[in-house]
Amino acid sequence: MKIRVDPDKCQGHARCYGLAPELFEVDDYGLSTVVGDGSVPPELEDRARLAIANCPEFAIEEI
Amino acid sequence: MRVTAPVSEWGSDFDVLDPRYVADPFGIWDQLRTSCPIAHTDRRGSTWLPTRYEDVTAIAHDIDHFSSLEVAVIPFEGEEPDEPVLPYGLPPISADPPLHTWTRRLLLPWFSHNRVESYEAMTRGLCSGLIDGFIADGRADAASDYAQQIPVRVIAHILGVSPDLSDTFTGWVRDVLEFADDHDRRVNGIQGLLEYFIGEVAKRRLEPGDDLLSELLRTDVDGAPIEDSLVLGAAALVLIAGVDTTWSAIGSSLWHLGTHPADRKRMVEDPEVMSLAVEELLRAYSPVTMARIVTTDVDFAGCPMKAGDKILMNFPAANRDPEVFEDADEVILDRAHNRHVAFGSGIHRCAGSNLARMELRVALEEWLRRIPEFALADGEEVTWAGGQVRGPRLLPVVF
Repeated sequence: MKIRVDPDKCQGHARCYGLAPELFEVDDYGLSTVVGDGSVPPELEDRARLAIANCPEFAIEEI
Repeated sequence: MRVTAPVSEWGSDFDVLDPRYVADPFGIWDQLRTSCPIAHTDRRGSTWLPTRYEDVTAIAHDIDHFSSLEVAVIPFEGEEPDEPVLPYGLPPISADPPLHTWTRRLLLPWFSHNRVESYEAMTRGLCSGLIDGFIADGRADAASDYAQQIPVRVIAHILGVSPDLSDTFTGWVRDVLEFADDHDRRVNGIQGLLEYFIGEVAKRRLEPGDDLLSELLRTDVDGAPIEDSLVLGAAALVLIAGVDTTWSAIGSSLWHLGTHPADRKRMVEDPEVMSLAVEELLRAYSPVTMARIVTTDVDFAGCPMKAGDKILMNFPAANRDPEVFEDADEVILDRAHNRHVAFGSGIHRCAGSNLARMELRVALEEWLRRIPEFALADGEEVTWAGGQVRGPRLLPVVF
């Protein structure tokens, strides 16, 4: 599984970081990026899906 | 409080200050969503009230047609001074780009994840100290003795103001927001806040500290020092926006736990559920309704909106939309699909959302750790504040 954050959609809610800090980084403005190249270890796939399903801006997608 | 005629038709003549709406808006939204999803009223000017998630979020993202220059739900019916003290309002909340963009970038780092973590120990100590004050009584008002005491002191700490002024702050903020329909109280609150901050700004110009106010004053705008009025507006915003909003979320969550013993028990026994539960409580009891102003005539979802009309950004109703949330009117503590917009959406997403979440979580953790068993006091009334920010004003509980 691989994910990405669309920087044009992200508004810095940081819901993803709160749910899966292993998979996302947020800057001082709350804007989120994926850790590394966005590859999700199998044991964190549920967390990644949870992050996707909680983003109010529909900014996270599986690629 | 100005008395208005009771509402008989919610779709064409709604009133968010109608006592039935204040006490229980959920059924009214459900009814509107299926019959007239964007309601209208001419009370206090032509105003629209969307109730569906899709419409509320679409309006939040369409900043060309819907401006934030006027975000108060209840208009301020006072005489405008010739030279307003805050010519820019309360940026960035009451601003459009480009003013919105750079003022928001000034404030956001103060509420980043890392920064908010550094306020957690102080918040926890504050909550615990409040509980020390009433735990031996076996009863308390969970709103006025607890929820309403927390955010103002945290914000005061961040702004660098003296903690012993917290009670005065609380009074001013209540005057401005909770009693928005009462002209005299509102004026009193605005004056109190402005005079206080004007004095503090003058002090910090002479002796800067490492607080938010001092940092704002150090800002250069295109090579020139920032205007005092912009600093005053931003400081007033931080105080006003972060106080009764958060205390309402804490109070509503405690109301829920006091009236739903199974959920209370689960949160006590399963601390792991806390992070999802905080989001679910924010969804179900979203406190904040903001406003927008229509910039040019536009037909939106079949509604003929005119320039100057007001839109009430009904994020609380969007979060109860059954099209988006399964069993939307039920609190499901570990709800997995939860794209709630309690903090808004789009470019005006609440700048203090990390702080509000931390305060809500810590306030609930400390309460449940010390007072795992509690219930509403028999025969005593719970009252709710309405308008821009909904939450319990009085919440008597026993334990």
